Amino acid sequence: MIAYLTRRILLAIPTVIGVCFISFALFYLVRSPESLARQNISSKHPTPAQIHGWIVQHGYDKPMGKQFETFMGQLLLFHFGSSDVDSEPIADKIRSGFGPSLVLAVPEFLVGTWVTIALALFVAYYRGTYVDTWGTFCFVLMMSISVLLYIIAGQYIFGKLLKLAPVMGFHWGLSTWKFIVLPATVGVLAGIGGSVRFYRTVMLEEMNQDYVRTARAKGAAESTILFRHILKNSMIPILTAVAMAIPFLFTGSILMESFFGIPGLGNLTYTAVQSGDFAVIRVMVYIGSLLYILGTILTDISYALADPRVRVGAAAQ
Amino acid sequence: MIPWLRAPELKEDLITLLVIVCVLLSARALWVSPVWHDRMRRLWRSRAARVALAILAVYALFAVMDSIVWHNPPYGVTKSALDRVFERQSERTYSAPLAHQDFGVRNPRPLKTWHLLGTDGVGNDVLYDTLKGCRTAWIVGGFTLIISLPFAIVLGIVAGYFGGWIDDAVQYVYITISSIPTLLLLITLMMVMGPGLLQICIALAVNEWVGLARYLRGETLKHREKEYVMAARAFGVHPLRILQRHILPNVFHLIIISATLSFSGLILSEAILSFLGIGVPVGTGSWGLMISAAQMELAREPVVWWVLTSAAVALFGIVLAANIFGDAVRDALDPRLREG
Repeated sequence: MIAYLTRRILLAIPTVIGVCFISFALFYLVRSPESLARQNISSKHPTPAQIHGWIVQHGYDKPMGKQFETFMGQLLLFHFGSSDVDSEPIADKIRSGFGPSLVLAVPEFLVGTWVTIALALFVAYYRGTYVDTWGTFCFVLMMSISVLLYIIAGQYIFGKLLKLAPVMGFHWGLSTWKFIVLPATVGVLAGIGGSVRFYRTVMLEEMNQDYVRTARAKGAAESTILFRHILKNSMIPILTAVAMAIPFLFTGSILMESFFGIPGLGNLTYTAVQSGDFAVIRVMVYIGSLLYILGTILTDISYALADPRVRVGAAAQ
Repeated sequence: MIPWLRAPELKEDLITLLVIVCVLLSARALWVSPVWHDRMRRLWRSRAARVALAILAVYALFAVMDSIVWHNPPYGVTKSALDRVFERQSERTYSAPLAHQDFGVRNPRPLKTWHLLGTDGVGNDVLYDTLKGCRTAWIVGGFTLIISLPFAIVLGIVAGYFGGWIDDAVQYVYITISSIPTLLLLITLMMVMGPGLLQICIALAVNEWVGLARYLRGETLKHREKEYVMAARAFGVHPLRILQRHILPNVFHLIIISATLSFSGLILSEAILSFLGIGVPVGTGSWGLMISAAQMELAREPVVWWVLTSAAVALFGIVLAANIFGDAVRDALDPRLREG
């Protein structure tokens, strides 16, 4: 197991370097430092001296190889530098963004996963009946609606018409949950269509397996088959999806957070997009990719824990 | 940034026609091919598929109408067929669907003409704006696939068949790309390239080829070990010919299924990017831009609902039709993947 883990982590290193290279190439080679400087200096017609000063200050004047070295070295050590726009340290922004992102994303994720699996079991149980047909059709309808619309409609219906929750804002303390309820609900609703369809397919695949027929033949109740046999066996793809989602709880959702005014990392990214803050976007790309790679490693570990065959295969290598 | 990407509308017109012609030609090729005819018939027998196809065809019709452009000799005004049929006089400000006067101002004045879906804040006809979005949607869905499919097919199959360092290289590239979260990669690419319809297609294509290439590589790995490929290899058939004559036909249905199923996702992504302000430039017909401009209108008193609703319904219609058609294609082409 430890050997497997080590191999898996070592394999991730080239990917991290690749991500660094892509973001370096995109940001440094395609945009000239002058255009970046012009964009970010506040005066309308900056003097050449001002531009030069900005370039030197942000380290864009050194040779390319040297820049890549410092760029990568700093990212690897989590020295993120300062924002292109307001020159505040990015690390501070990220530190203050983690909390709100997690507070929104964790409940949304837990409720969403539970609701999705429950609904998928429900429609799978009634497979081939009207419940299944219409249920599946509803899920196709739901996944055809843009997430933008879920958010706008949710704010309008629950926030403005029914006045059940504040439309936007965020406040630490006992009242935090009030600001979380609406975005979390909207997030769950927006995600249901696609994921229930996916889980339903996974479960129906299991339902055609021989062991289900055997269980039925020996007289097991349909609900026992569903919960004991099918749910357990469809855990692998579900685990994959869940483990892949966990790292992204940290980065939050760009759209949700910007619409609902939650000062998390998604909102940070949104502001950076609006103001053209390349330094922040670069860091977010790096963190996002690191978390993704972490997610794949987590997935592989959970495979190894859940499925003995993977463990044995890994040991044999 | 890249000069030829910044040219005026001519390119969009040509691309729309290219997309539609490609779709029609490949549909015809599949219909007349002896191997595919049965599966195409099976697809056609599904009523859901026919209805969805009809809806997609209506959107395509508007897209083509918007791309056929000609001059009026005396004044030299260039307008598309869509402009000539649907363009209406601008009003001063909002007006409700089929209303006779301005909306929400103290002294409403009569309108110059009638508007089926009303007008937006600067008085533009909402129906016309909405129809303008059809071309954008078809370009984003179709042209992205035209760019990304060749990469996905060639790289996926070659990596799977030859293995070795080619496989390692291809895998490395797509693992690296896929480890950047999708929306962040799209944002990065769009910020670097600047807003524009073709830039969106390129950015989406960079994301898009990865999934299919990975899938095709896996399928090719399976086929590589089958007897018919072994036999071909034993006869000394050139590897490229094996790929073309033996592997490709056996994975071709997967390519078609994947392409139709991803069409809707591409359109939704464009709406989000345009909404964030890094998609198509302002002035292009786009439902994402319309939603972005209309998002605060629900907070007005009295509520202005028709701009948002029109854009949302148009977006929903094409995405739903594409999803239903994609499901029908999957059911008809690959019985093993059929649900239920």
